Amino acid sequence: MASASVYRGAGFDFSNTVRNSFLEQRGVPLPKATSTGTTIVGCLFKDGIVLGADTRATEGPIVADKNCEKIHFISDNIRCCGAGTAADTEFTTALIASNMEMHALSTGRKPRVVTAMTMLKQMLYRYQGHIGAALVLGGVDATGPQLFTIHPHGSTDKLPYVTMGSGSLAAMAVFEAGWKPDMERQEALDLVTAAISAGIFNDLGSGSNVDACVITADRTEMLRNFVKPNERVEKERRYVFRRGTTAYKSEQIRSLVVEETVTRTGEAMDTS
Amino acid sequence: MSWGRPRNDAVDMFNTYPLNQRAQHGHAHDNFAEGVQRTQQPIVTGTSVLAIKYKDGIMMAADTLASYGSLARFKNIQRLHAVGDTTVIGASGDMSDFQYLQGLLDELVTDEFTAGDGNALAPHEVHEYLARVLYARRSKMNPLWNALLVGGVRDGAPFLGYVDLLGTTYQASTLATGYGAHIALPLLRQAVETREDSLPEDEARRILTESMRVLFYRDARSLNKFQIAKVTAAGVDISEPIVLDTHWSFAEGIRGYGAQTQ
Amino acid sequence: MPDGSFSHPQERQFNPYTENGGTILAIAGADFSVVAGDTRQSEGYSIQTRYAPKVFRLTDRAVLAVNGFAADGNMFVKKVKQRLEWYRHAHAKDMPLRAIARLIQTMLYAQRFFPYYVYNILGGIEEDGTGAVYSFDPVGSYEREACRAAGAAQALVQPFLDNQIYFKNQQAPVGSSHPVHLPLQDVLSIVIDSFTSATERHIEVGDGLEIYVIVAKGRSPQGLESIRNVQELSTNPEGDRVFVIRRELKKD
Repeated sequence: MASASVYRGAGFDFSNTVRNSFLEQRGVPLPKATSTGTTIVGCLFKDGIVLGADTRATEGPIVADKNCEKIHFISDNIRCCGAGTAADTEFTTALIASNMEMHALSTGRKPRVVTAMTMLKQMLYRYQGHIGAALVLGGVDATGPQLFTIHPHGSTDKLPYVTMGSGSLAAMAVFEAGWKPDMERQEALDLVTAAISAGIFNDLGSGSNVDACVITADRTEMLRNFVKPNERVEKERRYVFRRGTTAYKSEQIRSLVVEETVTRTGEAMDTS
Repeated sequence: MSWGRPRNDAVDMFNTYPLNQRAQHGHAHDNFAEGVQRTQQPIVTGTSVLAIKYKDGIMMAADTLASYGSLARFKNIQRLHAVGDTTVIGASGDMSDFQYLQGLLDELVTDEFTAGDGNALAPHEVHEYLARVLYARRSKMNPLWNALLVGGVRDGAPFLGYVDLLGTTYQASTLATGYGAHIALPLLRQAVETREDSLPEDEARRILTESMRVLFYRDARSLNKFQIAKVTAAGVDISEPIVLDTHWSFAEGIRGYGAQTQ
Repeated sequence: MPDGSFSHPQERQFNPYTENGGTILAIAGADFSVVAGDTRQSEGYSIQTRYAPKVFRLTDRAVLAVNGFAADGNMFVKKVKQRLEWYRHAHAKDMPLRAIARLIQTMLYAQRFFPYYVYNILGGIEEDGTGAVYSFDPVGSYEREACRAAGAAQALVQPFLDNQIYFKNQQAPVGSSHPVHLPLQDVLSIVIDSFTSATERHIEVGDGLEIYVIVAKGRSPQGLESIRNVQELSTNPEGDRVFVIRRELKKD
């Protein structure tokens, strides 16, 4: 390794990771990515799948987005919740959504959840964890309701109820206490709401609203901001600045209107 | 001598993955090279302790396992301990440090008794004492490796407090240590908060039992055998070990972890 | 080593400190002082408790807010209170505010090489009846100011206070000037808005808010009667008076 060579093999080159980890060890900060601290969950019920997510995105201890969407579109009957590095979850799910559409067009069949799962795990495995996407993938296809988690290194799980993100322990506790097989739609939706709420109120990385998505054989219902338990309170004062508040050293006024004179030359064009 | 050779720490002799997580080569570490090692690590450990307030006082729960690393070493260890007639403490973390603290507290209770003034330690006083001991030891860089819950009732007022190896303290109507703080506490808060004064005993017991069951499902260092301590105006009562029934058939219809169907 | 290799692997050592989140602030008025803090105590991504006070009444004219490592903070407040009690026994009066400030400096610097990992803000009334705020770093450097924010959301709140209290980046209308001190009602509004804003954008701030108001002797606590949840803590209504206002903050 690391020997100078004109030959460059196929595949990924990870030699810069050695340099980067060395620099990091020496205190050189690496660029910081927006991460979705996040509670995301999925739950199987009688007729399909309910997915859930909170809506807080963080940059360290700062809330970057108070109402972001973490339930991403894969296809009409498949959705994917993303936790981890925001850019990675967005681009990964968008790419797989495109590939799923291509796949559906070339096969002429309705896409299956296992197909999306296999595409995702193969891509994430190829990148050896450097794409920091932790996903909950759910949908209903010809084989019935399907629910998976996909970890950043490419491993997958198939379970009747799953959670991911920093609030996963809080949410999983709610599932372990309340999940039962063959629930009704409303029961499942209530359980998912309770699981996400547990994340919102107990995990600092999660917050704001509950998003939910109910997928059944005949339709997909996206319940954006299904519950809003954290409305912003009204301020005590109004912070309006008087005109002229900002100091300035000089004033210059220029006209931005372009004046133009049109001079006709020659004869008019024959348009007859 | 090392002309042309790549930097020592940049070479991965056996091409092991992942590259940026390779072990450092060449230097075996001698644990005794720096003389006396005061800063320890926990050896035999207990996992979470849970506690809640309810109508008649407080209730605390802890399983009976003492682990040796990932080995379930002792499966019948009591981690709840009565201090006098009004207080109970529950310990997670190092069991030998906990037994040392038990000794200190028993001695303290005896000293209070022999004073003969009829005064006994209140729960908040036990909490304050433990906070002082643990903070003093962390300040000597020689911590007692525990997270403790202290609960009790004195003059009709319930008390629930937390103290850990750093000397950090706080009080709340629902408390949990270790993994319990991540897994069980959300359930306890949901079930107990705002109802501390009206929660009946059987429901308090049910809430703790359910939380212990969830912990057994998800905390790999836990056991399905636990005790519940109850402190009311009538005194301290630590139950016999209770064995949980658990269900593992939730995923019976599922095959494999991916594309497999049969 | 210059080539980047370590001659000695580094032993993971016990870390005697942690950060417990939260934010505090204080604003001085002409004849009053306001000291406030949220009540959330956290470690990592977990909320330890939704109610752990960070602001403490020391005397009828001094209030101390502590933020940083909670165990150090509580121990430090305990020791300051103890020293103030000794002073009371020796001198049969409460220690003056500027003397408390100097005491806190010496107590902090005494731990120069194993510091209390705590940011202190002291608010109260001076002997001349003016409102005062003293802010400290963990090893005792201090300064009297008109306002100060500290803790997790300091970077969010301090610029806001600079703008609203010191009128930084705000030019006064021609022929007039900015007020040197704001009335109590305005200060309370700014304090509440500081915390609701910090709660929106900082994950470690929230749950509850405690605002202490110290009012100089002889001044009527005007502006307080319209506020809900006010409680008086002073021992002598003839001297300087201390009030506390409690508010809820968002819990996510």
